[in-house]
Amino acid sequence: MPIDLDTVAHVAALARLGLSPAELEQAREQLSAILDAVDRLQAADTASVAPTAQVGDLRNVMRADEARPSLPVAAALANAGGRQEGLLRVPAIQ
Amino acid sequence: MSAAEPTAAELGRRLRAGEVSARQLTEAALARISARDGRLRAFLRTSPERALVAADAADRRLREDPGAAPPLCGVPMAVKDVLCTEGVETTAGSRILEGFVPPYTATAVARLEAAGAICLGKLNCDEFAMGSSTENSAYQTTANPWDLQRVPGGSSGGSAAAVAGGLVPITLGTDTGGSIRQPAALCGTVGFKPTYGRVSRYGLIAFASSLDQVGPLARSVEDAAMAYAAVAGHDPLDATSLPEPVPDPMGTLRGPVRGLRLGVPHEYLAQDLEPGVRAAFDAACVVLTDLGAELVEVHLPHTDLALAAYYVLAPAEASSNLARMDGLRFGPGAPGSRTLREAYQRTRHDGFGPEVRRRVMLGTYALSSGYYDAYYRRAQQVRTLVARDFTQAFATVDAIVSPTSPTVAFPLGARTRDPLAMYACDILTLPCNLAGIPGISVPAGFSEGLPVGLQVLAPAGEDARCLRVAASYEAATSWAATGPPLEEAAV
Repeated sequence: MPIDLDTVAHVAALARLGLSPAELEQAREQLSAILDAVDRLQAADTASVAPTAQVGDLRNVMRADEARPSLPVAAALANAGGRQEGLLRVPAIQ
Repeated sequence: MSAAEPTAAELGRRLRAGEVSARQLTEAALARISARDGRLRAFLRTSPERALVAADAADRRLREDPGAAPPLCGVPMAVKDVLCTEGVETTAGSRILEGFVPPYTATAVARLEAAGAICLGKLNCDEFAMGSSTENSAYQTTANPWDLQRVPGGSSGGSAAAVAGGLVPITLGTDTGGSIRQPAALCGTVGFKPTYGRVSRYGLIAFASSLDQVGPLARSVEDAAMAYAAVAGHDPLDATSLPEPVPDPMGTLRGPVRGLRLGVPHEYLAQDLEPGVRAAFDAACVVLTDLGAELVEVHLPHTDLALAAYYVLAPAEASSNLARMDGLRFGPGAPGSRTLREAYQRTRHDGFGPEVRRRVMLGTYALSSGYYDAYYRRAQQVRTLVARDFTQAFATVDAIVSPTSPTVAFPLGARTRDPLAMYACDILTLPCNLAGIPGISVPAGFSEGLPVGLQVLAPAGEDARCLRVAASYEAATSWAATGPPLEEAAV
């Protein structure tokens, strides 16, 4: 299925990829080719087939509701570029 | 060709006998890496100080009670750079994680270390494990030890090249669609993907969480089984970890294959296989028949649809998992950005390579409003059909055998411009991940001087059977004892 440039731009915005106009055009070509290849899925007879949710046959996985040690704040923040008073410092939302 | 380096099992015997120390083995392995890895480029970084501290601790264990030391105590190993290692930079082959030093260690690595194995460093891979040649690493391309102008396979290409190149006897890789088995095949090593959930994913930088599984690469099936036994088992820190006890694979490893029914999938042999790969596989079938196994044709009718389903599901999960790569909590960030959105976009644009961007775009599209039913839901339904194919086949056979990869190692650069050609590398390996079953690749000879792998698949939970069939084949052949021409790699 060919995909138009507006859709590609919308998807790139959703994914926060910051693609340039040239990169959007390249993505359109490549995604169209890949979607062509995966479009054979549409031909599969899946009328009465349940989608796979998991392969391990696990039921709800719970643990005891007990306090456990976690990473110290300093260790959790050690890789962050912006830090202030034990918190992440980030640019304003708008 | 040279004789292969000693196996981990052999090194373990020498260590327990006091013939060699863990420190000597560690220093020797670090020296080999210095001498040879300039050409192979399997390691992204070594951590010699951490390794030598661990080696001295292993030597104390071996001195105090050699009989009680675990089989891998003092044996050098290394891990794919998608597995977190406390205090040692972990990048997943991506610029976006350059400089990331994890505050904790992945369970699989911690368990190998607890068993006394010595971690020497981090191995190159395709960025976030997305690729089949290791050429998608943001840092370096890794060479195939058998031909330095060819790819080692991927995404665990560094893990395979390090074993095949004689740098370490055991490595850990991860396998989402074949990323352990395919590079193992292309480099002439053993590579084992356990049943989904057998090995904890805690501390593994996620690619596609419903498919990812950690497993070993090694010079022999016995070594792979030892490493698997050390890392497998329930981990409360991974909610998808299987709670059942793990049957010990070592006790049954030397069991016979006589009387086992082995299925040969018609649809796998109908793929575009290189003639040399097909010839090596046919010869392997003769070996298995001579061992007393009964080979029968089976059908996996949704094989061609599996590739399409995989390339919807894996990117969909990746686009969700990689949303956490925002540059704020880890990674370089985007200093000087005026808004949060600008910071995200700059970080992700500059931090992700072309293949990761492509998959994030594809996955975001497949999950987006209006396309979800046509792609994601449909792919999950096809996944059910693929899993059902295996269930039906395993009703009549004990295990399935096939080539691991349709081709031998291809030249560097041959497929980088054609994503679909690269995706086709995984056609024989990824259905196993969709079904969550175990699979192993074991060396099965050569085509045009390059290694070919035999893949063995078994029902979910039958990891030990998978290893047993591979071990029987290995014991009846001499491929695993053949190493690449290391003199060339040593220049």
